[in-house]
Amino acid sequence: MTSIAQYISDGFLILGSLLVLISSLGMLRFPDLFTRIHASSVATTFGAICVVIGLILYNGTDAVIFKLALMLLFLLFTGPTSTHALARAALEAGLKPSAHVRKESSNEEPSPSNPKSSPHSGNVRKNREEDPSNF
Amino acid sequence: MLTFVIFMLILAMFLVLLRASIGPSLYDRILAVNVFGSNAALLIAVFTFVSGRHELLDIALTYALINFVGNIALLRFFSFGSGSHKESDL
Repeated sequence: MTSIAQYISDGFLILGSLLVLISSLGMLRFPDLFTRIHASSVATTFGAICVVIGLILYNGTDAVIFKLALMLLFLLFTGPTSTHALARAALEAGLKPSAHVRKESSNEEPSPSNPKSSPHSGNVRKNREEDPSNF
Repeated sequence: MLTFVIFMLILAMFLVLLRASIGPSLYDRILAVNVFGSNAALLIAVFTFVSGRHELLDIALTYALINFVGNIALLRFFSFGSGSHKESDL
């Protein structure tokens, strides 16, 4: 019974650490501040959830589980709040999304009106919906 | 397993520090410092289980809260305080 919990804990820990690493890689390689915010929110929400659940299943007395759950609650409240404030402050300071990102999103705008004429853009949209960083 | 997680977290923190050092605008650096702080809180929480000293969890919890307050204070300082600047300085 303990070994099953150990395996589940290992899976959560591996998934969480991989998510944190992928998110920091995205923060390094994305072209824009707002896309970097999108990349960083993966680490601060889903990566934190996975790592803390893995730690809870690893070895938990009651006080440790309570403190870990409290830390997860604080991280989940403060992470999106601070990134929201950051994006708002950046917009008010005059920082715009870069021209490359705006051009991609404006090219995809007319695709749902006539989906038969452009099947390729429909494929792009479908692939984008299956993006695992879209949590 | 916990050493693997610590290694990955330290690697991620290094990459985020790289973004904080080369970030073209001020807000990239603030975002990178914020993510660095939340990763550091996770790292302290994992290190608690490695060392076996469960008092360190309080430090991780405090670190997460101080990180949020510090981030909001930095944003208010650079938006409304004496550190606010023109668009050309970005």
